[in-house]
Amino acid sequence: MTPKNVRRWSWIHKWSSLVCTVFMLLLCITGLPLIYHHEIIHALGNEVEAPEMPADTPRANIDRVVAAGMAAYPGKVMMYLSQDREEPDMWAMTLGDTPRDKNYKPLLVDARTAQLLPEPPVEGGPFMSLMFHLHVDLYAGLWGKLFLGFMGMLLIVAVVSGVVLYAPFTRKLAFGTVRHERSRRVRWLDLHNVLGIVTMVWLLVVGTTGVINTWADLLLKAWQKTELAEITAPYAGLPPVTKLGSMSQMIAAAESAAPGMQVKYVAFPGTKFATPHHYIAFMQGTTPLTSRLQKPVLIDAQTGAVTASPDLPWYMVALRVSQPLHFGDYGGQALKLLWALLDIATIVVLITGLYLWLKRGKAAAAKPAEVRAEEAAV
Amino acid sequence: MTRIFGPIWTAPIVLGVLTVIGLVSALLGDGVWDAVSAVSLGVVVAVGGWYGLRRPKAR
Repeated sequence: MTPKNVRRWSWIHKWSSLVCTVFMLLLCITGLPLIYHHEIIHALGNEVEAPEMPADTPRANIDRVVAAGMAAYPGKVMMYLSQDREEPDMWAMTLGDTPRDKNYKPLLVDARTAQLLPEPPVEGGPFMSLMFHLHVDLYAGLWGKLFLGFMGMLLIVAVVSGVVLYAPFTRKLAFGTVRHERSRRVRWLDLHNVLGIVTMVWLLVVGTTGVINTWADLLLKAWQKTELAEITAPYAGLPPVTKLGSMSQMIAAAESAAPGMQVKYVAFPGTKFATPHHYIAFMQGTTPLTSRLQKPVLIDAQTGAVTASPDLPWYMVALRVSQPLHFGDYGGQALKLLWALLDIATIVVLITGLYLWLKRGKAAAAKPAEVRAEEAAV
Repeated sequence: MTRIFGPIWTAPIVLGVLTVIGLVSALLGDGVWDAVSAVSLGVVVAVGGWYGLRRPKAR
């Protein structure tokens, strides 16, 4: 690489990193507790668990479950009904004054007794809620998400330019060399290079999938405005549904339309994830991947008949696959630990990078000959 | 360029491939698939830990 090219890539690396570093530090630090959100919510006593019962306890009819939830908030309407693959003993619901109520009420109902469980704290309690918002939207809604997405794009540029610069900066060193006998700046440069190249692919994947996740709302809207709008075109102009059919029939219909899959969640008519005239049941498969691809089944809210079970378009598939790859929640405790360690390694890369920039003037004065020789040799 | 490509890029490419295997495997299934993920990504983290935390022996 010519010295001119090294300077060019150095400029790209410097500015793309500098602009996003503070936000990346924030994302890495808030991301750490988010990896362990289940454990932390549990430790803080904010977790609601269904009481222990024999494994063969029969499950309550889902209509009773829904009725129990609705009875808890008379006058409110059902928004979502969902079940975690790992916690089949309870159903989670949200109810609101309208199907798009932002101040919705979450509640949990025992899947076997149809009894109301204690109310779960919103977003897992104040601490996890703070971590979540600082990580996802900076309390600024869609614009906050898109802003962090842009910072993520700069991170991708920084990683790529860093990889380009890796060769000219390490060509005389064996892999992994950290020159401890040299000045702190040289040591931290070596550490930056080693940890940067080790975390490279992971950080590219987590960064890219993070950026894609910031577009979730937009991608959902795109899907609703195109394919979903086509499917539901015959319903346009019909009055909104007032009397809802039986949930157990809906679920049976959805399960027969998606054999071998289970209901992950049901969006009620009028909510953000449904249409004004349909329930959409999102069906999950049994592998970590198919449980996240969530095949949608549209069910006519009036008749209870399946209207369509379209395949998700490629961009929704990309979004759904991006979620686990960003969260690291799909391979048990070992993967979570590795995710946390890679996150910490990334924090070290960010801090050493920042340090190298802060000390740039001194170093240039201290060893111009070496820098020149380095560039000339490339 | 080609002469020095090997020594510089062998380790990063191996680590990159291990990372990809680690990220994809656990997506495809549970049990042994998770184990493959943990081992391959574990090697990547161990390499980072080894070179990052290693201190020169006191002479």
